[in-house]
Amino acid sequence: MKGNYDLVIIGGGPAGLAAAVAAYDSGVEDILILEREPILGGILNQCIHNGFGLTRFKESLSGPEYAARFISEVEKRSITVLTNTAVLSLDKGKLVTAMNAEEGVFTVQAKAVILAMGCRERSRGALNVAGSRAAGVYSAGTAQKYVNVFGYMPGKRVVILGSGDIGLIMARRMTLEGAKVLAVCEIMPQTSGLKRNIAQCLDDFGIPLYLNHTVTKIEGDERVTGVVVSKVDENRKPIAGTEIHFDCDTVLFSVGLIPENELTKGAGIELSRGTRGAVVTQSRETSESGVFACGNVLQVHDLVDFVSEEAEIAGVSAARYILGGEVKRDAVEVKNGKNILYVCPQLIDKSVGGKVKLFFRVTDTFKAPTVTVRCGNGAVQTKKLKVAVPGEMQSIVLSEETVRGLNGSVEVLVEVDQ
Amino acid sequence: MYDVAVIGSGVIGGLIFRKLTEYKLSVCLLEKAGDVCMGASKANSGIVHAGFDALPGTLKAKFNVEGNLMMKSVADELGVKYRENGSLVVAFCEDEVIKLKELASRGEQNGVKGIEIIGRERLKEMEPNISDEAVGALFAPTGGIICPYGLALAAIGNAMDNGGELKTDFEVVSIEKEEGGFTVKSANGECVTSRAVVNCAGLGGGKIAAMIGDEIRIGARKGEYLLLDRESGSAVNHTLFFTPTEKGKGILVSPTVDGNVILGPTAKEQADGNVLTSDEGLAFVSKKAGEMLKELPLYNTITSFAGVRAYSERHDFIIEESESVSGFFHCIGIESPGLTASPAIAKYVVEELMAGRYGWERNPSFNGRRRPDYFFKDLTAEQKNAVIAKDPSFGRTVCRCEQVTEGEILQAIRENPPARDIDGVKRRTRSGMGRCQGGFCQPYVAQLIARERGIPIEKVTKSGGKSYILMGVTK
Repeated sequence: MKGNYDLVIIGGGPAGLAAAVAAYDSGVEDILILEREPILGGILNQCIHNGFGLTRFKESLSGPEYAARFISEVEKRSITVLTNTAVLSLDKGKLVTAMNAEEGVFTVQAKAVILAMGCRERSRGALNVAGSRAAGVYSAGTAQKYVNVFGYMPGKRVVILGSGDIGLIMARRMTLEGAKVLAVCEIMPQTSGLKRNIAQCLDDFGIPLYLNHTVTKIEGDERVTGVVVSKVDENRKPIAGTEIHFDCDTVLFSVGLIPENELTKGAGIELSRGTRGAVVTQSRETSESGVFACGNVLQVHDLVDFVSEEAEIAGVSAARYILGGEVKRDAVEVKNGKNILYVCPQLIDKSVGGKVKLFFRVTDTFKAPTVTVRCGNGAVQTKKLKVAVPGEMQSIVLSEETVRGLNGSVEVLVEVDQ
Repeated sequence: MYDVAVIGSGVIGGLIFRKLTEYKLSVCLLEKAGDVCMGASKANSGIVHAGFDALPGTLKAKFNVEGNLMMKSVADELGVKYRENGSLVVAFCEDEVIKLKELASRGEQNGVKGIEIIGRERLKEMEPNISDEAVGALFAPTGGIICPYGLALAAIGNAMDNGGELKTDFEVVSIEKEEGGFTVKSANGECVTSRAVVNCAGLGGGKIAAMIGDEIRIGARKGEYLLLDRESGSAVNHTLFFTPTEKGKGILVSPTVDGNVILGPTAKEQADGNVLTSDEGLAFVSKKAGEMLKELPLYNTITSFAGVRAYSERHDFIIEESESVSGFFHCIGIESPGLTASPAIAKYVVEELMAGRYGWERNPSFNGRRRPDYFFKDLTAEQKNAVIAKDPSFGRTVCRCEQVTEGEILQAIRENPPARDIDGVKRRTRSGMGRCQGGFCQPYVAQLIARERGIPIEKVTKSGGKSYILMGVTK
């Protein structure tokens, strides 16, 4: 086992794969990908539905097909891949400690590191849903793994809490497999999943969507036997007297994804409260120079196509760092303005050059909003949108000239007004 | 015929069971559930109390202080995580400071060492995140924390390694006194005969007592808890209690030995013993914990749960031989500080009440040390590699949040007392106890259980009985 690589990529899902290819094609060939699962592809391997790649490839691929395109690109290049390998820690000096059955615990010294660990699902526990701890309560992704990878049904009569995309996809999947999906409940007044998934996964199958509703109690001794669903008020508190009871054997939670940043934290890298990922520049470089982050470990994306795009930025940037060395930053901060949940990247490094695409999410539903990027008192960029919802990530591009014009300790704000 | 049958495999039954295997005896442990330690010992605060709370002269006071002194060596022998982190009873007004002084003198009467009353400044130094409203505290340096089910599991496993027999799914329905002993019958018709019986049945202790004609009322009180991510583990250093008032003891805020933060419990009469959580209960815990700390990272909650603890109407432990039936011993009504008291209770019952009277001989081959109970992730790289070289399954990580390996999961399924279901593996290894709550590892754990037990994966349960995790195959 070689003890040092130019570039170590942690995670062999869509982000890690695209980053590896981009870095390689930018001139860095000494690359190691560390993946904890037995095969590359990450969570795409259990996403057997189609709809992947519409933006990037202009075709509708399944998750494994989308992954396969990148895996074959990795295989065409002499990139080293270690599967079944868990990374245990990353230290400030870019020393990666990992473990697998063959090598035991080993370390790899990297010149640059790309964090591509993806995200995990918020669980029932994080929501404090009261009631029993009977069997039959799963996060939607766990249910997806049981159904699509293992070939087993986690249940037959299902209530889903949360209208995240995985939950919507699983509503359809469970229905196709013969289960009865009784309800999808969403505590917010709008869904958090993509509009197309509401249409294709719920409406097409007549699955009722309960907006402003949440699961307030889970019943059952050994296995779930039912749930109580209540309407919530504007403060998202359950309203007494609105309880609906469902007889069900399964409850799926699709209530958000959280970037998996344990290694990032361990390395002392600064995290953003908004994205729960690292604070990065437009190069996707973290507070630790030479450590980059991309994909869902950085910010939870709606579409894998955008993950690939972001990973390529990280890959190219990592290659530039390895080949050209560290360049002194000239960064301005990007702050959340009115009605903005978060903006990524959180820093614009003027030394990088080129245009900058800012990704952001809004806090609420806005019809025909104007997005404004301000610097000081003046607007430097505006964009009209037809509609903006929290469930769909938006972006706005600052031209190279605009970026160059951001002078001194300039503050950049993004605002959305009705 | 067994020499002793112990009914109930909580921390009391478990430690008595282990203590009995120190003698040349045939001993069995009877448990109604499919796994050991499924009652009060499974879901409680995990506190090793210093001993200032119990009224002087009570069994609670005696065994609390003795148990506290024993806990370190017991935990060490059994390889159970234990930490003497110290307890603070926090006062929020001058009236409460007066109450603290009462507690301190009670503690001294009970023989608790090192208690002192500290002021606001010292409290802030010791506990930087304490509420600005706090005015002082009682500091008890001998207060500690332990994993309660870890202690019971290790004690039972060690006893089994020393020849003790465990019978799970053995719900006692009748006990007949016969010549020279007892016949104990289970719900599914199995019978065990034994010369002596120890009733450690927790919530069911009154029911078991009634089977031999003793009338002891055992009540049940439910406590709800919240558990925070290890990421927030530094929010609190010591075990923080509110000053007890007429309205009750309030909740506690404490680190756990595994690095999480535990908040709770509520205290609600719960005659039927159910462990359902409630909106009100969890809201109460959140609110009270928020009064204790300046910053309470509730956003890092990873789970909530409830446990039920038994109490007797005597408001003291009942540790005695039945007055009416010779050879039948009760260890029931063990409410707080029962966990702390458990090693002392076990010693007293076995050594003082039983051994001399029955003329038992020591078991020379008894080995009180369990395998060094490594949590693999805490080993050094060299130690890990030595283990992996012998068994590569320790190189495969299954639970990413708690970094639990396949080797540890297989060990939990194969070792005494064997894990048979998902939650059983979880309690033994921490697989599924982290921030994703088993979202990633559960399918793999289920596969390992199925393979090891030679059952189809559809027969794997979450927690015994009919708590199947799956319902058939896809189309």
